[in-house]
Amino acid sequence: MTIESLLASQSELTDSATSKCAIVLMTRIRLARNLANTPFPGWARPAQRESILEICREAVGNVPQMKRSVNVGIAELTDLQKQILVERHLISRELSGAKSGSGVVISKDQAFSVMVNEEDHLRIQVLRAGFQLKKTWNAINDLDSELEEKLDFAFSPTLGYLTACPTNLGTGMRASAMMHLPALVISNQMEKVVRAVNQLGMVVRGLFGEGSDASGSIFQISNQTTLGESEEEIIRRLGSVLNSIVEHELNARQRLVEGDSAKLFDKIGRAYGILQNSHLLSSSEAMNLLSLLRLGVDLGVFPDDSRSVIDRLFIEAQPGHILHLSKQELESNQRDMVRAERLRVEFGAFAKPNFTLRPQS
Amino acid sequence: MASPLKCDLCSKPATVHLTQIVNNKVHKVDLCEECAQAKGITDPNGFSLADLLLKASLNPEVPAAGLRCEHCGFTQNDFKKHGRFGCPQCYETFRSMVEPMLDNMHKGTKHTGKVPQKALDRQSLYDRLTQLETNLDEAIKSERYEDAARYRDEIHQVKQAFEPKSQQPTHDD
Repeated sequence: MTIESLLASQSELTDSATSKCAIVLMTRIRLARNLANTPFPGWARPAQRESILEICREAVGNVPQMKRSVNVGIAELTDLQKQILVERHLISRELSGAKSGSGVVISKDQAFSVMVNEEDHLRIQVLRAGFQLKKTWNAINDLDSELEEKLDFAFSPTLGYLTACPTNLGTGMRASAMMHLPALVISNQMEKVVRAVNQLGMVVRGLFGEGSDASGSIFQISNQTTLGESEEEIIRRLGSVLNSIVEHELNARQRLVEGDSAKLFDKIGRAYGILQNSHLLSSSEAMNLLSLLRLGVDLGVFPDDSRSVIDRLFIEAQPGHILHLSKQELESNQRDMVRAERLRVEFGAFAKPNFTLRPQS
Repeated sequence: MASPLKCDLCSKPATVHLTQIVNNKVHKVDLCEECAQAKGITDPNGFSLADLLLKASLNPEVPAAGLRCEHCGFTQNDFKKHGRFGCPQCYETFRSMVEPMLDNMHKGTKHTGKVPQKALDRQSLYDRLTQLETNLDEAIKSERYEDAARYRDEIHQVKQAFEPKSQQPTHDD
């Protein structure tokens, strides 16, 4: 498969319509793995990096999960292609900035991606739409075991999988969920939630990881520690933290509806109006408007099946996707025009809001 | 009076004292104003305890002796600069430095998760082979030919267990 045909097909993430728990947009697990007796990417000489890249790309490309995958060196990708892959969470910003001796293998359905020579030799990742910790773990565990057949991983019986940074030792696993928490944001409770989550040994970040902002009220919650607990224990603990955040978000929504529903519906109604009629939209404003509409879907203002449209647009309204759509270089102002136009078309055909509430399930 | 606390990062007088409880373990960090600012401690959302503790435990009170990884040439100073190690064997080389860090950084200090059994089996076969080859050499040198014949047979067996696996990667040539 070529990178262009991959970019032309929809991301795994845009398919959460069937998800039981709409508050969790997506589940993601990554494993850090390194080759035994081989310097880590940050310390390896250029020639060593090239040979690591070759060994890993060959091994990864040959596992069944990667049949008809895209298998490329980072140097072969244009800046725009890299940006789109970052927006789809298929490569990290760090990898997109790497010059040579790095690469990525992405499965046809964009659920699996393996970065080569990022901070570690391998960063194996599985993405699933919705709240799917167990399924995602099983999928990545299988992929990791397939790779273990072909590659000798650096491992110590006491320290577990050996990683470039000691904060990833042990399981080398970071499990995370992308959560949509508009009511906690509107009612100013996020700070409290972040503090509580931190105390439970979990980390809260914005949509695009470390240092990114939380536009669209989307947050990434993941485990902080990797050593001393098994993968299943970490996942169980993360799952229970996520469940309790979901509960808090649902309570906050309930209170917003009971307290001042006019104010809430005003926000949702206006967001709908802007998305249908605006001519200039920055990506962060678009994210925030889409977030309000998504809340509207959850509250029954819009039909359930329109959620998947919004989830797709969360990704497709990002700058790289807008540039890709217009097939030409754009100034940021022109980009905002293209984005607004794109959203006017989408929301011209969107269901009309119905503000007579039905009870939340 | 006891001397004032020093900053864990730069050893100026510490004015910011942070106590955080993670997983029922108390972590204490003392910092000067500047380091606290630089680390974003004043922003309650934004700082990474792990990062901080990592650096704090590297405080060069331990004489920055010239530990150097013989496999990759990585030194203790390199770790202070990059916060990452040079190769997997570095964990053995710098063990005395790593062990105290782990307590603050992780929930436990011993791995209890997945084990790459296949890779370990291959490794132990390989170790066995190396040992047998040494034994064979010694037996030949000291003219213990019966032993040598036995080692040779065993080597043959171990190699056969190896073969189907180790041929795979070069198959495409």
